[in-house]
Amino acid sequence: MNLDALVEPDRVHRTVYTDQQIFDQEMANIFEKVWVYCGHESQIPDTGDYYAVTIGRQPMMMVRARDGGINVLHNRCPHRGVQLVGNLKGNTGGAFVCSYHAWSFHLDGKVRAIPLAQGYEGTAMNKSNPDCNVKPAARVDSYRGFVFASLAADGPSLAEFLGDARIAFDDMCDRSPEGEVEVVPYCHRMVQQSNWKFFMENQLDSLHPSVTHQSTGISAGRVEKRVKEEQGAAPLHYHYLSTFASSFEQWDNVQTINFPRGHGILKAYMGLRPKDPDTLEYEALLKKAYGEEKTEEYLSRSIHHVLVYPYLSVQSPLQQLRCLRPISPDKTLSEIWHFRLKGAPEAIYRRSLWYFNLVNSPATMINADDLENWTKAQWGLASNGGDWVSFHRHYGDDRFEGDVAYSNHGTSEVVMRNQFSAWRKYMTGSAA
Amino acid sequence: MSSPGRPKSETGSAKHEGLSKSGSKTSGKQADPAGRPVGAAIPSAGADMRHLLDQAIVIDGETAGPATGAQAIEPSHSPRATLSGQLAHPAPLPRPSALASPDLQREVEQFLYLQAELLDAKHWQAWMDLFADDGVYWMPVAPEQTEWEGSPSIFVEDRSMMEIRKGRVTHPNAWSQAPQWETSHLVSHVTIESVEVDTLMVRSRFHMMELRRDAIRHFGGSYRHTLVRGAGGGLTIRLQRVDLFNSQAAFDYVLQIWV
Repeated sequence: MNLDALVEPDRVHRTVYTDQQIFDQEMANIFEKVWVYCGHESQIPDTGDYYAVTIGRQPMMMVRARDGGINVLHNRCPHRGVQLVGNLKGNTGGAFVCSYHAWSFHLDGKVRAIPLAQGYEGTAMNKSNPDCNVKPAARVDSYRGFVFASLAADGPSLAEFLGDARIAFDDMCDRSPEGEVEVVPYCHRMVQQSNWKFFMENQLDSLHPSVTHQSTGISAGRVEKRVKEEQGAAPLHYHYLSTFASSFEQWDNVQTINFPRGHGILKAYMGLRPKDPDTLEYEALLKKAYGEEKTEEYLSRSIHHVLVYPYLSVQSPLQQLRCLRPISPDKTLSEIWHFRLKGAPEAIYRRSLWYFNLVNSPATMINADDLENWTKAQWGLASNGGDWVSFHRHYGDDRFEGDVAYSNHGTSEVVMRNQFSAWRKYMTGSAA
Repeated sequence: MSSPGRPKSETGSAKHEGLSKSGSKTSGKQADPAGRPVGAAIPSAGADMRHLLDQAIVIDGETAGPATGAQAIEPSHSPRATLSGQLAHPAPLPRPSALASPDLQREVEQFLYLQAELLDAKHWQAWMDLFADDGVYWMPVAPEQTEWEGSPSIFVEDRSMMEIRKGRVTHPNAWSQAPQWETSHLVSHVTIESVEVDTLMVRSRFHMMELRRDAIRHFGGSYRHTLVRGAGGGLTIRLQRVDLFNSQAAFDYVLQIWV
């Protein structure tokens, strides 16, 4: 398949969203090579705690080892292939034990015991053969408590892979007076009936909110206005919804920054720094921990969310993230997590919780219309009504500094052009 | 390794009954509905199978040397254990019915049926008006959650937030509302748990079918209502708690409206 012919600088062929063969190549060449987010270390605090996690097409498990380290292993017994854990999460005690023939494994995947082991005497399969061990991910690393694994032995380090998108985790953790976050142990899980790339494009698509989300934005604005009139002020969570109905011109002023490897940032637009007593108390804690200057630096960063291409959207100012697990060309699971800022007042957690509940929950009044769009896009692109998807908006009108593209207009489709530039490099094996 | 706490007599007893013996004993005493001895229903698998069945297999926890088989599995290992630090949350025993008067029982049942019918008929304002001024609709993420304030939730809406949702779904450009969709609720098992002054605690179960485009989805679970008598004497909802039995499942698309 000639991938170069499918991706042009300003348009892509529809099959990149619909074709099973291309999807399989995406799994092999991108998801099963790059650093994939597994979870936060606070999800598995104690020895034997595990979470099942899918990397590309590979069922894996992230487990806390005896020495406090974290291992990421294939969820597969090396004997006959049975999965070692059958649940999403749990505690496996001191060992994994296969439910079929009781081969057991230490938490690093090394074989611990095989029943009637003398039955393997004289065969190639004895305990010194590494084939008796559970296969680990080639590489595991973490950044500020966020754990990643790569199934490729070679390639860029985690720090190199994240590049400037590291700001996602710095911005989230720096907002804690202790410099750390911990997971809220409930995950919203939703399946979109569409290709994973729609999500990644949409996250930095500034032209869509006032169209797609107008019903919610307008309705919320009306109620917000009334609450303000009645009570003098409206809680911030009304604004989370009403701001979606901002004008095209306002959205056009929200800049995107587009990094190599497809990562990117949508700058802040919500104004999440009110002057109420809760915020002032919180800012005082930060100043005590970091001093005036650093606190100002941390709180004035202009970030709405950060994309780690090809699967993660981190909304650092509200301490939540959405992680994609592609299932097929037209089916994608997203896992949505919320985090607490360690040492921050309860009110700050609750303020961000409203966004988790209103925008990111399975009863979302926002993503309901996104998902509908992407479903219809998936169907539209499966048709013969046209072969190309256009990304021409403001093509040639972005500002490049080195390999970073800054949009001159917030609505520039440089976001998609940049993502597909990375996609093409990954798919053709020319990515560094 | 021997398994601690396991009574030896229990494992030892197997010594006296090999498989063949217990099989023949059973065949002598029981018969299937057709009158054939149960033992005779085991199909013959040739000489080898017979040989296996005739073996006096001895399962004995008292043999010397390291335990093998099930006993060899570390006691700390349990594939059903929850993450450490997270309690397993067995559901509490259902509270018995408060034995309300038949009139009150009927009034509550009719009220809950109306609640469901208003949703199915898309009478959003009339549904919202069932709630007290400080009423809240809450769908938690997990059954062990007890407070709507400060909890990760699927829905958590007061009257103002309900008004936003109503305004949204009735807006002409609510795109996801364009495909035809309908719901059908069944409400049952209505149990009044307590009646205190003007406050009633009521639990019930629901089953909602949702049609969207050509697809049908099912949602099941339980309602828990805190009902109060309003100024006019009628019942109003202070809290409607909705627990989906698959609240942690991966949702195929979203819930657009209250369940």
